[in-house]
Amino acid sequence: MTHLIQLHSFDGGIHPAENKQQSTRKPVQIAPLPAELVLPLGQHIGAPADPCVSVGERVLKGQKIAEPHGFVSVALHAPTSGEIIAIEKRAIPHASGLQDLCMVIRPDGEERWIEHQSLLTELTVDDLTDIEPAKVVERIRDCGIAGMGGAGFPTSVKLTVKRDEQGSTPIDTLILNGAECEPYITADDMLMRERADEVLRGAQVLLYLLNAERCMIGIEDNKPEAIAALNEAAKSLNEEHHIDVVTIPTKYPSGGEKQLIQILTGKEVPSGGIPAQLGIVCQNVGTAAAIYRAVYHGEPLISRIATITGDATREPGNWEVLLGTPVSHLLQLAGYQPQQQPRVIMGGPMMGFALPHTELPVVKTTNCLLAPSEQEMPVNQMAMACIRCGMCTEACPAQLLPQQLYWFSRAEEYDKAEQHHLFDCIECGACSYVCPSQIPLVQYYRHAKGAIREEKAAQAKSERAKERFERRQARHERELEEKEAKRKARAEAAAQSAAAKKAAGSDDAAPAAGNASAVSADAPTTSPQLEKLQKQLTATQTAIAKTKEKLAEAQQAVAAGDEAMQTKVDAFTAALEKSQTKMKDIARDMAAEKKALKAQAAAPAGNAEGGPDKGDPNSPDRLKRKWETAQARLDTALKRLAEAKAEGLDTVETLQSGIDKQQARVDEAKAAYEAALQAEQDGSSAPDAAATEQAPAAADSAAEADSLKKKVLAQQDRLAKATERLNMAQQQGLDTVEALAKGVDKQQQKLDELQQQLASLTETAAASTAKTTEDGTV
Amino acid sequence: MALLTLSSPHAHGSNSTSKVMLTVILATLPGLAVTTGLFGFGTLVNLLLASVTALVTEALILKIRKRPIGFFLRDYSALLTGVLLGLALPPLAPWWITVVATAFAIIFAKQLYGGMGNNPFNPAMVGYALVLVSFPVQMTTNWAASSQMGVDPAGLGDALNAIFGGHVSDAFTGATPLDAYKHQIAAKTAEEVLKDSTFNGFLNGGWAWVNLAYLAGGIFLIWKRIISWHIPVSMLTALALCSLLLGWDSDMYTPLSLHLLSGATMIGAFFIATDPVSAATTPRGRLIYGAGTGIFLYLIRTWGAYPDAVAFSVLLMNFAAPFIDAYTQPRTYGHAKAARGLKKPGAK
Repeated sequence: MTHLIQLHSFDGGIHPAENKQQSTRKPVQIAPLPAELVLPLGQHIGAPADPCVSVGERVLKGQKIAEPHGFVSVALHAPTSGEIIAIEKRAIPHASGLQDLCMVIRPDGEERWIEHQSLLTELTVDDLTDIEPAKVVERIRDCGIAGMGGAGFPTSVKLTVKRDEQGSTPIDTLILNGAECEPYITADDMLMRERADEVLRGAQVLLYLLNAERCMIGIEDNKPEAIAALNEAAKSLNEEHHIDVVTIPTKYPSGGEKQLIQILTGKEVPSGGIPAQLGIVCQNVGTAAAIYRAVYHGEPLISRIATITGDATREPGNWEVLLGTPVSHLLQLAGYQPQQQPRVIMGGPMMGFALPHTELPVVKTTNCLLAPSEQEMPVNQMAMACIRCGMCTEACPAQLLPQQLYWFSRAEEYDKAEQHHLFDCIECGACSYVCPSQIPLVQYYRHAKGAIREEKAAQAKSERAKERFERRQARHERELEEKEAKRKARAEAAAQSAAAKKAAGSDDAAPAAGNASAVSADAPTTSPQLEKLQKQLTATQTAIAKTKEKLAEAQQAVAAGDEAMQTKVDAFTAALEKSQTKMKDIARDMAAEKKALKAQAAAPAGNAEGGPDKGDPNSPDRLKRKWETAQARLDTALKRLAEAKAEGLDTVETLQSGIDKQQARVDEAKAAYEAALQAEQDGSSAPDAAATEQAPAAADSAAEADSLKKKVLAQQDRLAKATERLNMAQQQGLDTVEALAKGVDKQQQKLDELQQQLASLTETAAASTAKTTEDGTV
Repeated sequence: MALLTLSSPHAHGSNSTSKVMLTVILATLPGLAVTTGLFGFGTLVNLLLASVTALVTEALILKIRKRPIGFFLRDYSALLTGVLLGLALPPLAPWWITVVATAFAIIFAKQLYGGMGNNPFNPAMVGYALVLVSFPVQMTTNWAASSQMGVDPAGLGDALNAIFGGHVSDAFTGATPLDAYKHQIAAKTAEEVLKDSTFNGFLNGGWAWVNLAYLAGGIFLIWKRIISWHIPVSMLTALALCSLLLGWDSDMYTPLSLHLLSGATMIGAFFIATDPVSAATTPRGRLIYGAGTGIFLYLIRTWGAYPDAVAFSVLLMNFAAPFIDAYTQPRTYGHAKAARGLKKPGAK
């Protein structure tokens, strides 16, 4: 059944030479097994998968080797049977040229499959519609399916849609992207020609999962064979299938998600939004076929069709390639002959990225390997000046002003670039393609986007720090005020009682009361002995730090071959050990002293008025506050994640991991609060017991203060080290500066927290000491 | 094996800035041919002189600025400036006028701003305006008379003699139709004015042919997608509308036919105002820019001191181009409204 579909057009676009016929002459071939498969854990957008097998383990073909981590993530499977020989950092095919954690498999050549079956058989149902959609989505996620068109967004995330009670969703249209508008690439074309039924069956699964009314498969008119194959296959779908194969004019970049949606529906995806807001979900045809294999055969995503083409290959064509296969292996298959200026591009000539070398694996998103000859794709000459001819404006499919963006990006006038909607640029490269001055425009935009993102992250960070500081400041003030108010109340009460006593005729009450208030005003929180110990501790600490420095130097010297320094190293090590013992002794003495002091102070303080102290960091009130703050932070983080997802930012991954951590914190805080609450309830049910336990509790808190103090010192040490490392990195201009700065921040935060805890603890002690003194004197 | 890593896109169209410039130069050929045929060899001599001056001064400045000379000369932008000035200056203007105008255009209006792409004003028109203001006598009296005005156009020898020897014979010169009409209409009726030999032949003494030749070249440029239609169409429309609305009475004002097919109208509309570097660049911006040029052209021609005004109109609109661009941004995909100005919404 076909419907009449009104096609729309998008502005701009270009018609580069297609160069597709070279790789469509032969049917898809099966690529032979390589010696080694390298599987990056993050082949999709979102959190990398967690390995669930260990090195040395033998795995079967299709066996899960890594579990999805969090919501925005998918699993990873062994593409063939063999042995896991390493889980280590390897170079990954990414524009950054970075390394990332990969699982390395040595195939045993037997290709033994793990047991797998259709989801229908597994659940013993006859029809897909008898299965709950969520279960099907779970299967898709478990089979490691991520968008195969280029971005690699986890398909399960796109398929998780809201349903009301009748089961209807906000999605009405499913679009399958078979446009494949980039020159040279024919992987989707060949897939549609040879596996049209799989694409259509996959589309039916998607239609069911999304509860969409119709599906349109958009294909450029330069693929008549694919269109015919799909139409032919559609005839065999018996019932009303609501799937239309739509032929669209060939124009780059009609395969861009936003452009294809515009062509097929006339609607525009709102800036910063996602197609779902229009009731549309867009999937690549390859993804649809993979979904079919996953649902009806239980086969996870372990291979894909990739085009290997370009004039530097003798036999261009399409291959069914196991994920993890090295690029060099595939290039050999196609008869690659390196050029004078060798260039291998992963992806197409418009949006692909040039590989730094060929020892890189094929991943879920690798649709093409392009090895052009020099003549075919000459290296750009030196860019000429922009003459503002406006050809880029005419070519831009997003109706931007590329030329203005270029000037703003070049001048680092990023606010103006943003105002000119820099972030709506899809980096299709049409502007660079038509630019008569050969200016690498897209490169400028990428740089500007990166710089703006960095700027924003720094801004957000400083804002958060400011907020934190202000909150702390406010809390301190509040606490001071409370303290002052209490002190006043006590003084008044004392004066009153003195007056009452005086009135009663007691002679020595008045001076005593006066004395009491005087004492409470500046109650001693420390003893001379303690102060002395504190000084000693600091001195020892400095000595340790210095010794450590010297030791490090000496060790370096030894490492550099200076044998004579070895004795020095030994001496320093001995000295260090001695100092450390000394420090421990002092700390112990201090703890004892404090304990004594506090026990003395707290002993008579067991009256009801004191109660469990407000400042006690373990009081249920405080814990509850902590819990609430953590929860609030989690909420904000979730919100941010949603925004980031909506805008398709790269930060999704980081946010996700942050959220996981925050969740853990919330749980912890909650548990602590509940425990404390329980404890308090137990305590309040036996007030007498609580009162009698006050003294040991105070002693405990002294010990706690002690351990806290130690922690603070240790933390200070850590912070100092981190700062030093940061400085060094900054001086040497290392890449790690950012990460180190983050580390320092974290350390600082920890220190602040510890100091705060310590302060509140000391305050408690002070308060109770004051009380004791007052009461004692009276 | 280390591979070449370049940023995408890796494929590139075959267009180049040199091609753009050469196509524009090519498109001036019909105009040049007609001018030479009707008005004699003065223009051709001017054009060669201006081109040589342009290339030499460009090379000199590039050398001083320590830029690759060959690389920048091959973009042909200096040559185009020379060609346009050669075509725009009076055919029998003394050689030093041409040299001063061209050198000033290249040195001051272009290179001192940073060279190609960085000049806010149209270099050729800056040079033209300079000599027009500085040497009004030479600039207004050395217009050649055309064969259609009943004189033999200057031959190569006459032209060389006039340009380099300063022997300008009255036999070869005459007033331009715009000038003649503007000055005579105060005293005469339109019918009387048109009897003047300046207006002989098909419309105004050969000037219409020149303009039609430039129109043909301009259409060629639009067809080759070197220029967009926006600026010429809006400029000519604005000029025509002004003429129809404000100067409908040909007994008082220059008539529409003369405005459109005389003076530098067509070369201005298709070759001068469309200079991409100094013009507005957004599609709507170009419409406004063209219209502005057309309106200024009419106003200065009618009420200003100069008979023609392409240079001034274009320069005046050059001032406004960046501003126009900022306020005529297209509506970007996915946005409800187009952005305006240069400030981020919400920014202080």
